[in-house]
Amino acid sequence: MANFSKSNVPQFSVEVYQNEFLPEGGREVNAIVTVTSTGGGTTGGIPLADAVPSSAPGAGQGPGAAVVLMVDCSGSMDYPPTKMRNARDATAAAIDTLREGTRFAVVAGTHVAKDVYPGDGRLAVADARTKAQAKEALRKLSAGGGTAIGTWLRLADRLLNAADVSIRHGILLTDGRNEHESPEDLRAALDSCAGRFTCDARGVGTDWEVKEVTGIAAALLGTADIVADPSGLAAGFTRMMENAMGKEVADVALRLWTPVGVEIRFVKQVAPTVADLTARRTEANARAGDYPTGSWGDESRDYHVCVLVPEAGIGQEMLAARVSLILPDPSGAGTPQTLSQGLVRAVWTDDMVASTSINPQVAHYTGQAELAQVIQQGLDARKSGDFDGATAKLGRAVQLASASGNQDTAKLLSKVVDVVDAATGTVRLKAKVAEADEMTLETRSTKTVRVKK
Amino acid sequence: MSQSQQQPALSKCPGCEEPPAAGDLFCGACGYDLSAVPARPGDRPTMAITVPPAAPEAAGAEAVRWPAAAETDSSDVPAPVHRPSDLPGTDSGGRPLAEQEQEPEQEQEPGTPVGSWPVGSAPVGSGPGPEPLGAPEPSAAAVRHDDRADPDAAEHSGDFALAAPDPRTAEHAAAAATAPAAGGKVCVACRSGRVGPDGYCENCGHAQPRERDHMERELDAVAAVSDRGLRHHRNEDSFAVSSTALPDGSPAVVAIVCDGVSSASRPDEASAAAANAANESLLESLPRGTHPQQAMHEAIVAASEAVNALAQEPAGAMEHDAHRHQNAPACTLVGAVMAGELLIVGWVGDSRVYWVPQDRSRPTARLTEDDSWAAQMVAAGLMNEAEAYADERAHAITGWLGADAYELEPHTAAFKPDRPGLVVVCTDGLWNYAESAEEMAAAVPADAQEHPLRGARVLVGHALDGGGHDNVTVALLPFAVRPQGAGSACETV
Repeated sequence: MANFSKSNVPQFSVEVYQNEFLPEGGREVNAIVTVTSTGGGTTGGIPLADAVPSSAPGAGQGPGAAVVLMVDCSGSMDYPPTKMRNARDATAAAIDTLREGTRFAVVAGTHVAKDVYPGDGRLAVADARTKAQAKEALRKLSAGGGTAIGTWLRLADRLLNAADVSIRHGILLTDGRNEHESPEDLRAALDSCAGRFTCDARGVGTDWEVKEVTGIAAALLGTADIVADPSGLAAGFTRMMENAMGKEVADVALRLWTPVGVEIRFVKQVAPTVADLTARRTEANARAGDYPTGSWGDESRDYHVCVLVPEAGIGQEMLAARVSLILPDPSGAGTPQTLSQGLVRAVWTDDMVASTSINPQVAHYTGQAELAQVIQQGLDARKSGDFDGATAKLGRAVQLASASGNQDTAKLLSKVVDVVDAATGTVRLKAKVAEADEMTLETRSTKTVRVKK
Repeated sequence: MSQSQQQPALSKCPGCEEPPAAGDLFCGACGYDLSAVPARPGDRPTMAITVPPAAPEAAGAEAVRWPAAAETDSSDVPAPVHRPSDLPGTDSGGRPLAEQEQEPEQEQEPGTPVGSWPVGSAPVGSGPGPEPLGAPEPSAAAVRHDDRADPDAAEHSGDFALAAPDPRTAEHAAAAATAPAAGGKVCVACRSGRVGPDGYCENCGHAQPRERDHMERELDAVAAVSDRGLRHHRNEDSFAVSSTALPDGSPAVVAIVCDGVSSASRPDEASAAAANAANESLLESLPRGTHPQQAMHEAIVAASEAVNALAQEPAGAMEHDAHRHQNAPACTLVGAVMAGELLIVGWVGDSRVYWVPQDRSRPTARLTEDDSWAAQMVAAGLMNEAEAYADERAHAITGWLGADAYELEPHTAAFKPDRPGLVVVCTDGLWNYAESAEEMAAAVPADAQEHPLRGARVLVGHALDGGGHDNVTVALLPFAVRPQGAGSACETV
């Protein structure tokens, strides 16, 4: 493991949980890779403004982070009027949480995007004066117009990438569907922004589209959540901003090296949420590819890697994959810095006890990934009127949530179904389900719990 | 390995070719007594291709007829014996083997660089299919000399897909490491990738041979060989051999052999710790004049403590292999001490000592009694030996060294041989293929008394020929009756 004690970059550790033993003819190797980053240097947990790698050119001249707050100001935000007021208050609370020296801007989003503070396509540097000015500007926000989220994201991208910072983050609040641009426009905007900044997305009320908001968060490697009651916005925004301020290193990628003949079945983030990264691979060289993980603070995430290795005889051992965390060279030219790495192995044995046992971590996250999937399928079936299918899927979800101890998801499920027997997954669909409860379940279905160690 | 080793199932009845059901003692079609025939391992060893079906006595005596081996279908030979030169290695100083072993080789292979290994190599471990064993591959046999220095090696070797290194050629890696030639190591499996710092090929990912995959050591009066075998991915056996002097100046020779219990965690560390601790203990107590039998008892206790201490150490940070964490590291131990005219043996578990007299007409004997399920069944009169060893629980051991052992019961025994002979100290990786004392005696080459290292290699080859299902470790101690320079005082001990 590399030692970064001289810089403020967090230290990354990679741990691999797997059963490396395969039976004769076995090909599939599963591993859970736990990546933990702990704050580096001597900041004592207080994030430093210049938390950039010491190798970065111009380290010390630019502040570490830039944040753009995108607030939905479409006409629907006035129904009820408290929504707009809560959004203003929440944004103000988030601005209060900004660390001194952070670059920031506020974008008012309708069918067009407008940077209401500081304006002129610039970013302000957070201090007491600019924060007060920003909050003053918020008071002038009023609701009116449509919703075209793609334009908001493109403006945020322009603002963020004008600044010489290492962490670029957006916070997006919407209350309605993306009605004033085509889904293709939004898709194109997301594609152009992906990898340039990270973004958390929040839906307020119940008139927004869950898949739109979760799609934005997934593409931009952020979190998605529902704020059903607008009065809860301020707390949520504060937490999101604190989280963003805790990020110390951006653009970390998970590099997967595999030997000749090894086929990658999937690479998924499985904790804290399920996100399939398989299709997001960019080839690094002939044998390795990179999967984006966004920016990291003090946190730990789990990834599930599944590969198919060529068959080999009993007693043989091979390296099925080497998983490393890499930081691209800031100049974009040099070789990336390897932060830490772990090995996924395959060993063929005729010991049936060894080869048939499933690693508890792999089993747990396989269940959690299935949980997210059956909730999605169950809710889709319910919407389309297939109540038998919905009952079966959501019953399976209840069973999985209860077996894995995923209390939060179990609680959300119990608002959508009446649980007869959790162990067998016997449930009845509730006749009447609050829309907020259903949306909450759908939005949070990808949240996982970690295996009890 | 002791607990995981199982009697390999017969693929078909020798009488009527009917495939028997698992656990059948008699053939369901013709009634053939299946327990009476030795189980034939499912994976026929591929190594036999360069082995002429010569008697072991011929080994090393004459020039080896290498090309002749090509015509031999060795699969017809029930237990082909290795020539010593088929199991190459270094001597105790890490140097190439003695010159007389190389000479016949060089006559046959003029192009072979001096000092390279005359290894018969073959695709090993490419599955249990019947295919790989037939065709001899003389050219393949000749390419394993040097992984890097020989530029022709790559093209010679391109004709077979070697999935992983043959354990019997494991010393190549060690040899290559010490060779003067520069440059990174080339993968022994695909021969195109470089070996990364973590020991895996950067191209095909295959694990490279490790130092412990094949170990040899030779002293004046003792030699030992340990090999990973053909079916296990690492060598969990270990050994220690040494010689010292008793207070009266007469020599004492020590051999310790340990077999890591693979159902426990870190069995390889356990066996290494136990062998070293027992050896150290004997080297300390024997020169002080402790009675050798008492010294052996103390050595086993010391080894047990060393293995127990491992249980407190955490495993490597990267290792999160759940089912292996449930058991404390454990291993078996067997040791032999030649002190004056005494032969002391001590053991815990199912590793064994055999006595093979130099005059093969005299009776041969097993000197240890396994701590195993099968041995207990036989001792209790509940099963006969054939039944007990045919049972899948046969190899479950009832005594071992380790923090989770119920109670340490070191067994020791003292013998006073009246004639010269050979003491064979081995793990079950060998005796699975030569269980009775007579079988073991038959497997020991006649000149093993004079050339113990060569004899030990032949015995390891015997186990690999039989299938190499487990790690194989054997130490040979030639016992001479005449006390060597100790004076007549010893005779009355």
